[in-house]
Amino acid sequence: MQRRTFLQGSLAGGAVAVAVGAGLLSPRGVLAAWPESAFSAKSVQDAMSNLFGSADSKATDEIKIKAPDIAENGAVVPVSVNTSIAGTNKIALIAEKNGLPLAASFNLGKGTKGFVSTRIKMGKTSDVIAVVEAGGKRFSARKNVKVTIGGCGG
Amino acid sequence: MAKSIRIRAKAKGGEVAVKALMTHPMETGLRKNKKTGKKIPAHFIQEVVCKHNGANVMTAQWGAAVSKNPYLSIVLTDAKKGDTIELSWVDNKGKSDSAEAKVK
Repeated sequence: MQRRTFLQGSLAGGAVAVAVGAGLLSPRGVLAAWPESAFSAKSVQDAMSNLFGSADSKATDEIKIKAPDIAENGAVVPVSVNTSIAGTNKIALIAEKNGLPLAASFNLGKGTKGFVSTRIKMGKTSDVIAVVEAGGKRFSARKNVKVTIGGCGG
Repeated sequence: MAKSIRIRAKAKGGEVAVKALMTHPMETGLRKNKKTGKKIPAHFIQEVVCKHNGANVMTAQWGAAVSKNPYLSIVLTDAKKGDTIELSWVDNKGKSDSAEAKVK
């Protein structure tokens, strides 16, 4: 409740105050489950070990990544991941050469197929890595996407 | 912000495809305002939850690298026509929204 009041106050106080307010009140308290350390990791290794507890993964062809070979606009790169691995409970999308590589992580519950589709931003040409966790093991696959115009920052 | 989510769920071949579009700026916090040179503060969806008949089927955690106005699609194997699919999101400023759809 206090937080809300504070935010409203800072909104009234102008853009600078909003920036400070947002920075100070980063989401820790609100979303305890959000793995901040994984999303703020600057390397693929760190992101994976912070998210999965280990950076190891086994390359497999049971994960299919559907993404364009050449993305004209790096701000919108459609990526679909489809896996036939039984018991998939987590799919993470990583853009290898982004400043902050981890883009998204999906926890899939019972009654879902090992499939997610979304759109991500990519700073430059790099591999998109899909990491699938199933039964405590990690599997991965990658696909190269060429980016003509980067989509991270201006 | 009540209409920030468009959601559709369609049954096909024993599976239900859930597709959702959210309206959100998804600022990374790295972009600069060209006029003032100041950084635009980060503002992005952090968590998306999808429920099928009230039971949680997916929780996604997102970073700022998900595109503006995010699109999300998942496939449910245990759902059928008439079931309720609910999708909700929470962003890094604590704002949230949710929407419901019946499986068609």
